[in-house]
Amino acid sequence: MSEKKLAIIATKGTLDWAYPPFILASTAAALGYQVQVFFTFYGLQLLKKKPDLQVTSLGNPGMPMPMPMPVLLQALPGMQGMMTSMMKKKMKSKGVASVEELREMCLEAEVKMVACQMTVDLFDMSRDDFIDGIDYGGAATFFEFAGDSDICLYV
Amino acid sequence: MADFDQELDASGLNCPLPILRAKKALASLSSGQVLHIIATDPGAVKDFEAFAKQTGNELMEHKEEGGKFYFLMRKS
Repeated sequence: MSEKKLAIIATKGTLDWAYPPFILASTAAALGYQVQVFFTFYGLQLLKKKPDLQVTSLGNPGMPMPMPMPVLLQALPGMQGMMTSMMKKKMKSKGVASVEELREMCLEAEVKMVACQMTVDLFDMSRDDFIDGIDYGGAATFFEFAGDSDICLYV
Repeated sequence: MADFDQELDASGLNCPLPILRAKKALASLSSGQVLHIIATDPGAVKDFEAFAKQTGNELMEHKEEGGKFYFLMRKS
């Protein structure tokens, strides 16, 4: 059985959207896939040494709320921090792994992570901001792997 | 349930942790040895079937008892 390949582009830098790329990458690796994740734009936040990921209900009417709340109230200072800590608490109580834990498992399983060099430069980020063990590259680097992939996802 | 060589208690853990922990535990076993897995995530039933099918490890047995799910998996 030749190794299947999964390629993912991770573009989002919020707590909720950090999960799909890391869950899929770690699980695919456990199933024997060779996996590469390309992090670009806000997805770069997921590679920070100490990611400070937040969640917001703004612009997201699908988020389940403990009580109905007008959008203008949701925009008040402190609301995002409150929602983030509520979400983290809920995840912990339901036995959902933390983002850092899943990322660690991806690294252990030799998931290859590539940071988009162009967006690193665009946002004036430094390689020192990111975890060790990742690569830096551009669109051509992504296609080198994705061109041969069996599954290719944009998250 | 039949005999097993190692036990993994994944109670309280949610997707995909039971699978990832099982993968890790299986890596420490040798071919033919059996892992006993305990989980509470209802999604684990279907996931372990799919895991077995895709990795070649054999899901010998699974049952539900008192809200917990028990699996026996033989390493390929």
